[in-house]
Amino acid sequence: MINKVVAGADEAISDIKNGSTLMLGGFGLCGIPENCIAALVRKGVKELTCISNNAGVDDFGIGLMLQQHQVKKMISSYVGENAEFERQLLSGELEVELIPQGTLATRCMAAGYGMPAIFTPAGVGTEVAEGKETRNFNGKDYLMEYAFDADFALVKAWKGDTAGNLIFRSTSRNFNPVMAMAGKITIAEVEELVEPGVLDPDHIHTPGVYVHRIFQGANYEKRIEQRTVRPRN
Amino acid sequence: MLDKNGIAKRIAKEIKDGYYVNLGIGIPTLVANFIPEGINVVLQSENGLLGMGPFPFEGEEDADLINAGKQTITTLPGSSIFDSAMSFGMIRSQKIDLTILGAMEVSENGDIANWKIPGKMVKGMGGAMDLVASAKNIIVAMQHVNKAGESKLLPKCSLPLTGVSCIRKVVTELAVLDILPEGGFKLVERAPGVSVDYIRQATAGKLFADDNAPEMIID
Repeated sequence: MINKVVAGADEAISDIKNGSTLMLGGFGLCGIPENCIAALVRKGVKELTCISNNAGVDDFGIGLMLQQHQVKKMISSYVGENAEFERQLLSGELEVELIPQGTLATRCMAAGYGMPAIFTPAGVGTEVAEGKETRNFNGKDYLMEYAFDADFALVKAWKGDTAGNLIFRSTSRNFNPVMAMAGKITIAEVEELVEPGVLDPDHIHTPGVYVHRIFQGANYEKRIEQRTVRPRN
Repeated sequence: MLDKNGIAKRIAKEIKDGYYVNLGIGIPTLVANFIPEGINVVLQSENGLLGMGPFPFEGEEDADLINAGKQTITTLPGSSIFDSAMSFGMIRSQKIDLTILGAMEVSENGDIANWKIPGKMVKGMGGAMDLVASAKNIIVAMQHVNKAGESKLLPKCSLPLTGVSCIRKVVTELAVLDILPEGGFKLVERAPGVSVDYIRQATAGKLFADDNAPEMIID
């Protein structure tokens, strides 16, 4: 088996440069590549374009990179939980492209499937459609949306093996598998790194061919954004 | 006049046995609390879950298990988990029978605006544009008038659109209204104690209202 293991987050992201385009997995704070984000903050790279469903909160996730003014542009579907984000957006420091969540996921998928573009009805007749080619199929209008072209995809998995095969846990799967498929270089951080043969091939969500570097993550905080519970009775 | 739970209760009556349902954030989330006994419904959460269960007991929260509102939730026997592309695949291919979502404005031809107030609020559309572009059956849960007393049921939306000619039913604190294919709101039911005249005054868009429109029955 081809060994994809690197020592840690700092080595994994060492060739991410100022101006790189990154995909970051996760939905809200669920399933985000915490170790890679911390390493990017340490490295201090700037002018990044980040493709991620959300932009974290003020003091966690991509919010940590926003605090350090490392992000030039965000491509997201929903950014409602981050006051610093909103401040930078309204002051013009940060460029933002808001796109429908399904379009975001499918543009990742298209990149991973080797398809240059997809057609989706999401956004027809809205400002999302401005400047885009529209095609009619079977009486319904669809927008043409291009596959993403990202230099790096940073994903977080539950388990992975040294060959780069990944398994995600629960709803922390979200955007991670489609982004893993879409990066020119895909970096996976995992809670548990195992030897080949430990994971059942039938249970693999992301085949190792899509993963270029993998490392055992550490100190996962896994912050909960909205802690909702019901009473025991 | 209905409170938020009343709106949710009335919408819950629209859910039929065997439906797969996507509930948006806000009032739509409350609908889950009022699904009638004996009706089997599967709730979809577009971050990648079919079969959304109730909130966990205190101490059993799992950071890896959340809904689209980022709230901790649980799975149920028979739940399934998938990635975001598949989640919107099942939305686009109309496997989801009913979508319930909130709105800032709805127009008499079924346009909806719920994602942006220029210069004021820039949160984004999340999955709403995908849902309204593809769902065959959409119910909007909303307030009939805003805090300034202005109608949110309009001839034409003033805010940036989320979707065009896609809404067919609206449930507000005052009424249940259908949006007619040829345009216009048709009063279907009045909220308890609300007169047809009151609804007329609160509706800026074209309204077709029978003076004898029935009062809704909830509970």
